[in-house]
Order: sequence, then C-alpha cells, then structure tokens
Amino acid sequence: MSAKSAEILVVGAGPAGLAAAIAASKCGASVVIADENPKPGGQLLKQTHKFFGSERHYAGTRGIDIGAKLIEEAYSRSIEILLETPVVGIFEDLVVMALGHERLLGVRPKCTILATGAGENTIAFPGWTLPGVVTAGAAQTFVNVHRVPIGERAVVVGSGNVGLIVAYQLRQAGMDVAAIVEAMPNVGGWGVHAAKVRRLGVPILPRHTIVEARGTDHVSEVVIQEIDDTFRPLDGTASALDADTICLAVGMTPRTRLAEMAGCEFTTSPALGGRVPVHSLGMQTSVPRCYLAGDVSGIEEASTAIEEGKLAGLSAAAELGLLDPEAYREQARASSDALSELRSGPFGQVRKIAKDDVVRTYERN
Amino acid sequence: MNETKHEQEPESLRRTGVLNCEELEDCPGVPAEERLRKGPVAVIECQEEIPCNPCEGNCPRGAIHVGHAVTSRPRLDIDKCVGCALCISRCPGLAIFVVDLSQEDGDRVCVPYEFLPLPRNGDTVRAVDRSGSDVCDAEVLSVNRDARSDRTAVITLRVPKGLGMAVRFFRVIEKEA
Amino acid sequence: MKRGTYRRIHSHPILGPLPDHQECSILVDSKPIRAREGEPILATLLAHGIYVTRQTEIQEQPRGLFCGIGLCTDCMLTVDGVPNVRSCITPVREGMVIVTETGESHERQER
Repeated sequence: MSAKSAEILVVGAGPAGLAAAIAASKCGASVVIADENPKPGGQLLKQTHKFFGSERHYAGTRGIDIGAKLIEEAYSRSIEILLETPVVGIFEDLVVMALGHERLLGVRPKCTILATGAGENTIAFPGWTLPGVVTAGAAQTFVNVHRVPIGERAVVVGSGNVGLIVAYQLRQAGMDVAAIVEAMPNVGGWGVHAAKVRRLGVPILPRHTIVEARGTDHVSEVVIQEIDDTFRPLDGTASALDADTICLAVGMTPRTRLAEMAGCEFTTSPALGGRVPVHSLGMQTSVPRCYLAGDVSGIEEASTAIEEGKLAGLSAAAELGLLDPEAYREQARASSDALSELRSGPFGQVRKIAKDDVVRTYERN
Repeated sequence: MNETKHEQEPESLRRTGVLNCEELEDCPGVPAEERLRKGPVAVIECQEEIPCNPCEGNCPRGAIHVGHAVTSRPRLDIDKCVGCALCISRCPGLAIFVVDLSQEDGDRVCVPYEFLPLPRNGDTVRAVDRSGSDVCDAEVLSVNRDARSDRTAVITLRVPKGLGMAVRFFRVIEKEA
Repeated sequence: MKRGTYRRIHSHPILGPLPDHQECSILVDSKPIRAREGEPILATLLAHGIYVTRQTEIQEQPRGLFCGIGLCTDCMLTVDGVPNVRSCITPVREGMVIVTETGESHERQER
C-alpha cells in the first residue's frame, strides 16, 4: 500500500501516532505514518525507565520496550511507516511530505492525524552557547540512543519529571550529576522520581537558578544562585559547581506548526504548554477530518499520548464509516474514562481541567 | 574540590525528594514497627497520588491494594504480606523495599538497584539513607536479577540493628587499582 | 574540569553491552577517525573528545551539541565540501571528509 492510496495519514511515529495508526487499522482503515526520524518510536526510544499508569498503558514496562511493542504491532498490521519523511505542509485537502533531499510527495488522505509531539524549551544565560550546554532530550538521545557520554559531570536545570529522570539516566550511563537546580520552592516532578536521585546522593536545590556557564571552548564551571520568592537572585548566595555539562529540562512546547497551517483554531493553555489546537472529546480539531493526539495537543505523558492516539484513530475510522456508531461510542467512552483516570490525583488535576477547557472551547465555537 | 556545601532545606518529599518522619508515618504502604519486628515485610514508600498500580497486580498474595482509582496510594495488608520481595522490581518508581527487623545479627533491607557494577554476595558496600548520605557498612546477602525483574536487581543488605528503616540504597566500594 | 577523550558507553545496566557494529573510517579536520557506520557524525566526534563543531562567523564563539535532534543548527559543519550539515542527525559513512574548524556558510565560500 503506498502513501498515495492510504485512507488515513498519521504524522509522527511516536506513541500517539503509533497508537492512532493501530486503532484505525483495527477498524479496517488503510494507514500510513510519516515520521521525520530514521527510526519510529518518538521519545519512547530514549526512555529506559519503567512506565507508570495501569496495565492498559503498559505500566511496569520500560519505555524502550513499549516502543518496540507498538512498532511491532504496527508492522504486523501492514501499517507502512515512512521514515526520514518530514511532513512539510498541509493545504486544503493536500498533505506534502519530503522524500530525501530532493523530492516532495503530495497525498490526499481522507483523514489526517497530527501526532507531532513537543519540542523542548530553553533558557538563556551567560555562557549558554558553550559546548556542554544541552537540552535534556539531547542528553537522553546521545547517552541512551547513540551510547556516547556528553560529559563527565552535569548540572540539571529543572526538577520536573524530565529533569529528574534524565539525572537518573545520566548516572546509569556513568556520568556524575552535581546537582539539580529548581527555581520553584518545591520539586516539580513526582516524589518517587525525586527520591530515586536523592538516594544516589544527587542534591536537589529548590529556589536556585543557573547564573552562568564558564569556560573557554567548553563548560568547565557552572555558577548557580539562590533566588527569592520573586525569582530575584539573593546577594551573596552564588556558588560555583565543578561541572562540564548543563542539561536544560525547563519545559516543553507542543509542535503545532502543521495544525496552524491546516487552519486549526487554537486556544492558549499555560497548563498544557502554551498554544494548543482546540479539539473535541474524540480528538477532532476544528478542521474537518483533521485529528490530533499526544503532546501536540498539550504536554502530558506517554500514557495519555497512547490513549489519545487510540481515540483519534477510532474517531477517524468512525468518520470513514469503518466503525458503527454504537461500537465507536463504547470504545471512545473506554478511552475517555482511561484518560480521566490518568488525569486524576494532584498532578493530573491541573491537566484535566485544562483539557476540559479545550474541549469546551471547541464545542462553543 | 572545594564546593560550597549547600545548606539543605528541611527535607520533605515535595520540597526536596526525601520522605521525612511525618510523611513516612502517614504512608499507608509503610508497616508499623510491630510488624517490622515480626519478620520480612514490604515497605511501600509511595506517598503521592500518581496513576500507577503494577504493585497491586503483581503481588502473589494480594497483599497490596490500590483499587479502582489507580492514583490511590497503595495500602499494605501486613498479615498477607510475607516479604517475598517480588513487588520490589515491579514498582516503576523503585519505591518499594523489604525490611526485616526481627533478626539478632542485624536488620535486613532489600533494595532495588539499576546500576553497574552489580555487587556480589559477601561484598561489603557503603549503605546510605534516603538522601544518599553514608549510614554504615553493609554486607550483601543476595543479588537477584531474573527475567521477570526486567533488569531491576534486588539486593539484600545486612546492616547493624536499628538501621533497617534508615538504609535505602548503597554504593559499591571501588577497589583501589 | 577537563574533558575525557575517547569514550563510549560500553556497558549499561538497562541497555546492556554496546553491540558490535560495522566500523568505518572518516577524516575530521584531516585526522583519520574510526566511526561506527551510520551513527550521527556528532556521536563519532564526541566519542573522540571533539566537541566544537563550528565557530560563529563574527564573534568566533565555539558551538556544539545543543538540541540533538536537528532543530537548533548549533552542530552544523562541512561534510564532503557541503557546508551547514547538521551533524547530530547526519549518519557517518565510510570516507566522509569533515571540517569543523571554519564551518563557513555557503555565501562565504562563494566569495
């Protein structure tokens, strides 16, 4: 089956895209996934830790293995995955992707599912351009995928789950971690992730920020400083850490360029990472037959990405008449319930409210 | 290397990632001392409501209860639990330990370990507490890593009596070249 | 803090031992370097302790790995005469000639 004849085009072969393709294919749709990377799996390729959630979300399985399972299932369903094939444009009814460096391919799928994930935020400070300053994702990629250390001793900026997990992974890879600095008064991520790194002897320093990266052609010293409740540095509290690497784990932003291009309506949701396309409960955007799933619709987790992917896949299949309304309602309800569950508790609550707002905005417009 | 020793804020799970005494007491997965003194038992230091429940499904004796709302903190049935330590490698948060304060020659603590090099039976390692600070030397009694534990080794340490609820990790002592 | 030299993560508690891989030879700033065929150029460089990919044109500031996924362009260098190649996502191939020192832009080369 070629990209030209597939009924559903999924953009992105991360957990959301793979789950969407599998769900749609189970209903009988012909599906193609296009991904800019040389391997499918998205962020799962770098996640060596065991995942949370419940059995439905592969809880207890390592991210790398969840990725492998999803990829295997996709291939076993004859879902074609076009790799190193970035989708560069969405026009009315036409989706354009780049094949190699010199060819463009235009396709007209009946439905499109955007699962383009998120990009990492950065912060700037004196010396931030020095070799040795990297994003947390870059650290994970080079250490876990390419198996090359990126330095000897790192300072991790940001104590959300990403910063906490990356610090732990750097230690597993044999790198040292001098400290995790956090601007807020509390750890940003889950207590269990923080506990895992604290017992390694890695200090977590709330109310601290990074002030400067020093070095000539590489980071060789990192200056941090304590800050007050208004984020202003406190005099006399600056200290220099002996480190050659700085990992920035300062949040993510959905990669929504294609949704913008497609003409999707957006809303602003700080809790979800910024501007996100509005969508229905079933993951449909304001553009007919254009759906989305995963971090592109708001920064959450792999488990919600998988569940939203399933939902988007079901909705697209239903739109094509491949799933009868009753079966759709039942399966979509199961997905929605699972998503509510994943968004409960003190950490999920904020996202639940934000997501409900997004759906309400969609329904209002 | 001279670094400023940072004055540590008072520890708490939310502030700094280390459970303090009050939080441990409040934790439904942490047994009371009476049970700890009877023999090996799981100590589930899972104190936040996050969506997660592999511990519940993996316990062969049904001693762990999370329930329908998977964000509930796991509760331990101290009568059903025999301290088999299966749950240790199943917990994605590496938050479960097995502790035995009943033996005369030292407390036993089983911890999850995902690092290299693995210690060997009989090795002496440096045991540390939840903040990674040195507590004591410990003897490695067993190292378990099988297919089902999926690369999470479970290491049993023998530590001096009285330290079984303090020790939660260790460092392999690098031999001088 | 000094940088280490040739380094790869040979053993890993979760990922296991580094698998054997087809090797190849490339030239980096006229120096022959052994690489693992198909890995990103930047991975080869970092494994050999080479961490400056280019210098900025005006202030001559050293740059290197930043985002690791081909989005930020900090890691650009010249490969087989072609400038501005993103080394973090471009696979290494036998016989590649890589230049990091100048990293001149296409316009500059034409002048």
